[in-house]
Amino acid sequence: MTQNIIVIGAGMATGRALEHLFEAGADVNVTLFNAEPRGNYNRIMLSPVLAGDKSYEEIVTHDADWYAANGVTCRFGERVASIDRTAKTVTAQNGDVLPYDKLILGTGSNPFMIPLPGHDLEGVIAYRDLEDTERMMALGVGNKVVVIGGGLLGLEAAAGMAARGVDVTVVHIMGHLMERQLDEAAGYLLRKALVDKGIAVMCQANSKEILGADGHVRALLLDDGTELPCDLLVMAVGIRPNVALAADAGLAVGRGIHVDDQMVTSDADILAVGECVEHDGALFGLVAPLYDQAKVAAQTILGEDAAFVQKELSTKLKVTGCDLFSAGDFADGEGREDIVFRDPGRGVYRRLVIENNVVIGTVMYGDTADSNWFFGLIRERTDISEMRETLIFGPAYQGGAPLDPLAAVAALPRDAEICGCNGICKGAIVDAIEGGASDLGAVRSVTKASGSCGTCTGLVEQVLAVTLGDAFVMPTAQPICGCCDLSHEDVRRMIKSQELKSMAAVWQECAWKTVDGCHVCRPALNYYLIADWPLEYLDDPQSRFINERKHANIQKDGTFSVVPRMWGGITTPDELRAIADAADKFNVPTVKVTGGQRIDLLGVKGEDLPAIWADLNAAGMVSGHAYSKGLRTVKTCVGTDHCRFGTQDSTGLGIKLEKALWGAWTPHKLKLGVSGCPRNCAEATCKDIGVICVDSGFQIGIGGAAGMDVREVERLIDVETEEETIAVIKAMSQLYRENAKYLDRIYKWMNKVGLEWIRERISDPEERAALVARFDLSQTVYQKDPWAEHAKKRAESFQPVANLTLEAAE
Amino acid sequence: MSDWIDIAALSDVPVRGARVVKTRAGCVAVFRTAADAVFALDNACPHKAGPLAEGIVHGAAVTCPLHNWVISLETGHVQGPDEGQVATYPARVEAGRILLDASRLRAERAA
Ligand code: SRM
Ligand SMILES: Cc1cc2nc3c(=O)[nH]c(=O)nc-3n(C[C@H](O)[C@H](O)[C@H](O)COP(=O)(O)OP(=O)(O)OC[C@H]3O[C@@H](n4cnc5c(N)ncnc54)[C@H](O)[C@@H]3O)c2cc1C
Ligand code: SF4
Ligand code: FES
Repeated sequence: MTQNIIVIGAGMATGRALEHLFEAGADVNVTLFNAEPRGNYNRIMLSPVLAGDKSYEEIVTHDADWYAANGVTCRFGERVASIDRTAKTVTAQNGDVLPYDKLILGTGSNPFMIPLPGHDLEGVIAYRDLEDTERMMALGVGNKVVVIGGGLLGLEAAAGMAARGVDVTVVHIMGHLMERQLDEAAGYLLRKALVDKGIAVMCQANSKEILGADGHVRALLLDDGTELPCDLLVMAVGIRPNVALAADAGLAVGRGIHVDDQMVTSDADILAVGECVEHDGALFGLVAPLYDQAKVAAQTILGEDAAFVQKELSTKLKVTGCDLFSAGDFADGEGREDIVFRDPGRGVYRRLVIENNVVIGTVMYGDTADSNWFFGLIRERTDISEMRETLIFGPAYQGGAPLDPLAAVAALPRDAEICGCNGICKGAIVDAIEGGASDLGAVRSVTKASGSCGTCTGLVEQVLAVTLGDAFVMPTAQPICGCCDLSHEDVRRMIKSQELKSMAAVWQECAWKTVDGCHVCRPALNYYLIADWPLEYLDDPQSRFINERKHANIQKDGTFSVVPRMWGGITTPDELRAIADAADKFNVPTVKVTGGQRIDLLGVKGEDLPAIWADLNAAGMVSGHAYSKGLRTVKTCVGTDHCRFGTQDSTGLGIKLEKALWGAWTPHKLKLGVSGCPRNCAEATCKDIGVICVDSGFQIGIGGAAGMDVREVERLIDVETEEETIAVIKAMSQLYRENAKYLDRIYKWMNKVGLEWIRERISDPEERAALVARFDLSQTVYQKDPWAEHAKKRAESFQPVANLTLEAAE
Repeated sequence: MSDWIDIAALSDVPVRGARVVKTRAGCVAVFRTAADAVFALDNACPHKAGPLAEGIVHGAAVTCPLHNWVISLETGHVQGPDEGQVATYPARVEAGRILLDASRLRAERAA
């Protein structure tokens, strides 16, 4: 007997189900409803349509002839209003009531719209159907669009419109694009490719409100106050299964319509397929599993045995020039290990996650030619122990290609600046080598590269090695750590010349061998990025040693010490009272006067830190950074105010210096001293920067220390005024910040670049002014009391995340 | 038998970071890696009881803040030339929440 089948929704899933039914010659009479005013088309190809690579006609999967040939009654542009399960009828929007033997639900999903103020303005759309696509296609040069959401859909929308000349900004709340499918490294490469296409990408950006004028969208307002003007706003932040009809009909519904392995809902005569279903707790948003569901649903109707099984999924992005692939599970976990391959030259990143000799996940960017092979390994759970060594190179390289330690330098473009002092680019060095300069000395005399401070020597040698090949023997430079082949100095030059502004960028472009570095390289990179890109880079507390993350010194028993600043060693009775009160209130076991002219509260519990800080803040005190690679103390003596030998106001100058420099991060700790006369009671001559006041002005010395090495400062320059002293010291600090290797104090760095080189920079009025300007700029970001910030915004994170001691006893 | 209890939201623990859970027998550190995997270990380094929750997390390992021993979050084993092991506890993430196995917490810590 002919079965009367009603299908609700002419989507990708139901289209496939009908194909299977008709191909099997099923004796059925089908009525197909679709809310969209058209039949089945390939929804995923809307992106190529938007980009102008295809027309709508080309993506129609079933045309009028096909429906006619299979006797399908088409009711397009008509929504089904309700289902009466007892009567086994559906009611169409126009009131028609139609009986069914079997009903197939394929209602897809609804785009989720964040209920921001203004989300209902005209010009705020989703990206789901042809109408949305056409709205975007109507735009061109001169139009501005904001896309909220840096996932697959958002990026395809952005790229499609950018290809039409539209000025597109993508606003993404997470730290990197497509975070559900990609890791940071691949996210970085993708972002770079999109930026190259002229798309502006803002990550970690929180939308606050959609602004309108005359009922039409005008701009998006972010919570940091940024306003992004736009003519159209596309929200692509996720989908929700379209379950309303099913729920109203009383079917079992969770997040989606519940179905069993046969795609049958809680009603034996109603099946459901596609994005509207929930199977075994899972929802679906890609077509591969929907096609499997469609086949099973058809077989179920035909009375055959079939069961839907969830399989590993893979993702690609349909944006020309953005070759990415991700599949399986690439979270690290128990017993899992990573194999990482990066080729900065070709912009290639590959990562495999392996568990028990089986590949369980992969992320690839740049070269995805082998993605199907890897996906096969994942799906088949192939044992890879035999090919482990060469696996990452793909099927063609099972012989093994060694990683090239010079890849990062080989990849540098000709205009990448290698020697910052003399402004020499890679191209000039390569030309010199090709012109016959075959060793470092020759390159230096022809081009001047590495002839000044010398920190780029490593890179110049690597350019020699890359250009000359085996003819050049590389001196061995000490890499930062086991994660990479480059030295600190090389990485610093790469960060500057390649404008690397995120940790992920450095990892990729400098060919890191691990996924996310280690405790040795991460603090160094975090520092370099802060120093070179104070405005663009966001400090990463998780890459800092605990003392700098929690702004206190960890003690051997896990408690902390707290040292408030005492500007230039001057305090007041009120401050002392507040310190005494805090010591009492928080049961501080030891209160000690430090060697740095201030007071240390030792033995404070981690949980108490925000509270003790708040008390000290209330008395006007800020963090003394006694824990930091940054400005520590400025020791002073009493100077002209009290001392019969004093020549200048050493205390006052010390305070001014401390107020100018505090909060700045430096490669290692930075200590200053200002003595009022050559008797030097402030021990200024064994500080990183020391000032000796004399009748004629100020003698500034650098490179002192009194730790494991005891060193006397060397005279840098003599100046006449306090203002000039402060300018010289700011410039000096900035030069050190910009050039030294992480964990080199000034004296160590000075031994490498030479006092003369430093003096030339500081003495040149233009260079000095530029250094001061960059120092001041960085201070606008970093001169903030971290105690106050933490006590206000992050106090929570100092407490246990849960307390099970309160759990009722069994 | 396992007895999964809800500890906190995944987002309460910073990426590449840790937070501490207090239990009657001492603190357990709950770690979150860059890839959002979570691990629970005793918050005491096998060397000199350094608070591991304060260490730097990289890959699936943490470096102790006191003397830089590197400890595998997966096995609790000390990596490299040093030796020792920290107790680990089953942990998982479900619907954005971190769950720990309370029965294991009680059993191991009572032992
Ligand atoms: C508190 C204090 C000792 C005191 O009780 O006086 C101190 C305590 C520590 N010093 Fe110091 N130093 C202190 C003044 C000094 C001085 C004297 C000075 O600054 O005038 C020196 C010699 C001068 C110098 O730095 O050249 C000094 C040379 C060191 C060194 C060796 C540095 C070097 O380059 O060789 C270290 C190790 C390091 O930094 O790597 C160090 C490291 C440390 C650390 C941070 C060790 C650590 O990493 O845990 C100690 C922290 C103890 C704690 O928990 O608070 N401390 N330390 C002093 C804090 C001064 C302040 O107010 O901020
Ligand atoms: C722009 C874009 C690009 C994509 N790219 C990819 C990709 O590259 N790879 C991939 O795997 N997936 C991709 N997807 C996802 C994929 O398109 C969907 O997973 C798939 O279309 C879902 O199919 P479906 O049959 O469940 O629902 P749909 O295709 O959405 O069909 C549901 C239909 O039901 C209709 N309907 C709903 N309620 C009623 C009602 N009451 N009465 C009548 N009709 C109703 C709707 O109007 C709709 O036409 C993309 C999606 C979009 C929007
Ligand atoms: S001298 Fe040594 S023991 Fe004393 S505070 Fe400085 S680092 Fe610690
Ligand atoms: S206590 Fe952990 S390394 Fe010493």
